[in-house]
Amino acid sequence: MTARRAFLLGTVALATTALFSGPAAAQGTIKIGEMNSYKNFPAFLEPYKKGWELALDEINKSGGLLGKKVEVISRDDNGNPGDAVRVAEELVSRENVSLLMGSFASHVGLAVSDFAKQRKMLYIAAEPLTDQIVWNKGNHYTFRLRPSTYMQVAMLVPEAAKLNKKRWAIVYPNYEYGQSATAGFKKLLAAKQPGVEFIAEQAPALGKIEAGAVVQALIDAKPDAIFSSLFGGDLQKFVREGNQRGLFKGRPVFNLLAGEPEYLDPLKDETPAGWYVTGYPWDQINTPEHKQFLAAYRAKWNDYPRLGSVVGYTTMMSAAAAIKKAGSTDTEKMIVALKGLQMDSPLGKITYRAIDHQSTMGAYVGRLALKDGKGVMVDWHYADGANFLPSDAEVKAMRPAE
Amino acid sequence: MSLSAIFIQLLNGLASASSLFLVAAGLSLIFGVTRIVNFAHGSLYMLGIYTAYSLVQVFDGSVLGFWGGVLLAGLIVAVFGALVERLLLRRLYHAPELLQLLATFALVLIIRDFVLWAWGPEDLLGPRAPGLRGAVAIAGRQFPEYDLFLIVLGPVVLGLLWLLLTRTRWGTLVRAATEDREMAGALGVNQAWLFTSVFALGSFLAGLGGAIQIPREPAVLTMDLTILSDVFVVVVVGGMGSIPGAFLAAVIIGVLKAMCIGIGNVSAFGIDFSFSKLTLVVEFIVMAVVLVIRPWGLFGRQQGIPRGAAAVEPPLYLPSPALLKALAFGLLVLLLLPLVSDRYTLVLLTDILVFALFAVSLHFIMGPAGMHSFGHAAYFGLGAYAAALLFKQALPMELALALAPFAAGLGALAFGWFCVRLSGVYLAMLTLAFAQIAWSVVYQWDAFTGGSNGLVGVWPAQWLASKTTFYYLALALCAGGTLILWRIVYSPFGYALRAGRDSPLRADAIGIDVRRQQWLGFALAGVFAGLAGAVYAFSKGSISPDTLSITRSVDGLVMVLMGGIQTLTGAVAGAAAFTWLQDTISRQTEFWRALLGGIILFLVLAFPQGIAGFIRERWEARSGRSDL
Repeated sequence: MTARRAFLLGTVALATTALFSGPAAAQGTIKIGEMNSYKNFPAFLEPYKKGWELALDEINKSGGLLGKKVEVISRDDNGNPGDAVRVAEELVSRENVSLLMGSFASHVGLAVSDFAKQRKMLYIAAEPLTDQIVWNKGNHYTFRLRPSTYMQVAMLVPEAAKLNKKRWAIVYPNYEYGQSATAGFKKLLAAKQPGVEFIAEQAPALGKIEAGAVVQALIDAKPDAIFSSLFGGDLQKFVREGNQRGLFKGRPVFNLLAGEPEYLDPLKDETPAGWYVTGYPWDQINTPEHKQFLAAYRAKWNDYPRLGSVVGYTTMMSAAAAIKKAGSTDTEKMIVALKGLQMDSPLGKITYRAIDHQSTMGAYVGRLALKDGKGVMVDWHYADGANFLPSDAEVKAMRPAE
Repeated sequence: MSLSAIFIQLLNGLASASSLFLVAAGLSLIFGVTRIVNFAHGSLYMLGIYTAYSLVQVFDGSVLGFWGGVLLAGLIVAVFGALVERLLLRRLYHAPELLQLLATFALVLIIRDFVLWAWGPEDLLGPRAPGLRGAVAIAGRQFPEYDLFLIVLGPVVLGLLWLLLTRTRWGTLVRAATEDREMAGALGVNQAWLFTSVFALGSFLAGLGGAIQIPREPAVLTMDLTILSDVFVVVVVGGMGSIPGAFLAAVIIGVLKAMCIGIGNVSAFGIDFSFSKLTLVVEFIVMAVVLVIRPWGLFGRQQGIPRGAAAVEPPLYLPSPALLKALAFGLLVLLLLPLVSDRYTLVLLTDILVFALFAVSLHFIMGPAGMHSFGHAAYFGLGAYAAALLFKQALPMELALALAPFAAGLGALAFGWFCVRLSGVYLAMLTLAFAQIAWSVVYQWDAFTGGSNGLVGVWPAQWLASKTTFYYLALALCAGGTLILWRIVYSPFGYALRAGRDSPLRADAIGIDVRRQQWLGFALAGVFAGLAGAVYAFSKGSISPDTLSITRSVDGLVMVLMGGIQTLTGAVAGAAAFTWLQDTISRQTEFWRALLGGIILFLVLAFPQGIAGFIRERWEARSGRSDL
């Protein structure tokens, strides 16, 4: 009984302190609130975390911001919007952070973005790919770093149109990202290549693809080419079944994101050669800014960067650049600073567009190849995000007026 | 589809049915004998595939190494399962029912973090099976050799299990225990040993079911829960405890999914319908249909109520003056708290209030009404979505909040009509099926519900915008709802519900329409869950399909069980403890899930009667009275 009683007493004591502990007064530091679904998407988010930790180190080593040390308060949002909003509230009201950043899944990102609007806080969305976060549901307080679903689709479409294939089959994970990718691809390709036909569509549930059946259904539809937005475990299952059943023989395949190390590396000797993908060929990029990032990352973590690392690093650097340019942590001043902000990233110069708060960070477009039993990207080029966005008039029509 | 295409899709369905059958057979065996609803079964499967991946790497891809690795992985998981049974579950056989479920839920959390720690976050795609790397031509198509092997493996394992269960002494004992556990015990069967061996065999099948998947799918960290719901569906559709039933159900579901994919998009009468999208929910539709037609699954039989495993639930006494005083004092503290607390405390307390009402409404049907629900989040989510959608139709926020619970109540009335016709685990699984069907509709219906992204901009009216005012609103509605539900427990309706739970026959004989009472109770619980959901929606400002997911339903179960299912106030204590723990722990350590699991395990072992149950026991010991 004494153990139980001690446990109970301890719990009560802990609860009391947790409930009533006010925000610790922090003089001389700038606090940034970071939140992500670390336990739900660890394959992407562990490298992401290493990325922003590296950036934080660099910022503080060079003297911090506005003469103050920078501190990141990081939280797990448990992968659902309800908890994310609560965690955001904790960061804002108890930790007094100057701005929020992070998020992976689109629905979580949208919820936090709306929270930011309500609480009048700056929010830099790192990873959510949904187009809505800067367009239909965009708001004054939200900026987004990664190239969106639409942009990445637009990067692949020119290559697809060049092949001039008539009959296309499409496979996508059945949720907003896959649906938007599919809709975007159909619209953009049909505009470039009139008369193109989309003859089959497969929409497996996210994480639950019945790969054998899906591959067979696609073979039976006899398409000339395939567009896919699968990733993670679904992609690996699809590739293995497709290889075994000969789906990819003589058929060009376009797959969003499949060149990202997070999704490419697990494929190993199963890597389907010749696929057109967007991704991140980290070992072949020879620009000085990337070499410097690569060396610093390896020195700190003794590991190679994934795309998540770049996203984490650049998100942190974006927050720093906004504060530096604003000369203050006042929300409105930081927003003004971010609009049109130009900065360096490991992938080159990027700009946060004033019109829709989307950064012009791009992606690498290339083809997959098999080398020494591992997947690599070849024939790649950097597609600057700035070139793959709709016209200003279209953006204005989509985005709610402020 | 051409005939040959149908044939190939049939083979595809059979191939994926095999692994599902192995895992399901294990779960079915364990449930049949021990009556444990083993939430950790999916985790055993996950351990199987990760272990097999590592062993195959170590043995370096030779034929013997591959198959040896697969088999060894199954055996390792079997040993692990036996240890879990001996060290953990054995201590809980005399605890109130469903408590083992809470313990296995804690294991899910711990095992997942263990796997992340041991194998890292990256997906691990294993090698193809040596000797079965290629494909053979069938009906003009390339068909993987390994899939053919799987098609054969399923029936072989079925046959072996059948021989084991019908031709060996051990099998006879297992069947006897499945039929009547106490009688088997009375006749001198060593139950301890039997339970351990059954658990080991069940775990072996789960581990093997995972291990044989390595040539087909990568090991990923979310596969434990992905497979768990599928396996439960298979076991329940087949009839719990029936191995041939599980096989048939696995085949039906595997083949149906393959056929849906094969059919693809169809347009008739100008309407496009995508059968491939139906794979999201097809297994739950099958389960709902089967359970409505055959309440104990395809091959299942009505199960006797296990006698004497746990203490019979004592009648609920009227709350004592001391308890009423304590409750009034608690309420007073909650009323005065905003004077001294910071903003975030109010936000956290609002969450706790919402989940307390949610848990109390779940306890209302689980405790006094005796109907276990695995899908209670459906009504929470319906309330939340109704509130958000009405609000988006330009209804005033107050009106949306007032109407939403009734939308949830209507949903509960419709689903409940089917559910109250069943009992036990079957009832629980039918509630889960309906919840999943509701979830998939919300998830898919982009134009109306916002699809997977949900709806944003659902903020309270101006006068409620301050966190303090909203906290008082939440306190009024949630505490009020809780008190009403508690009051109902002591009304004639509440007594009728409890009579129906404790002795349906006698209740029927004195003129109580048990089924109707249960139906109304179910709907009433739905109304209050919907109220909690509506408050939740406005407290968050956004709403997404997560609110009616399995995870939310399981959270509700965990809250009720942690608090103590046999006490009235337990659900509130459980909701407060769980929500607060999650909030606090996730800040402390990267492996917070494992820590949360560890704390739940500790609570289960130290206070099997739940937090409130423990306090009641202490109180009784001190005053010789029983009244919490």
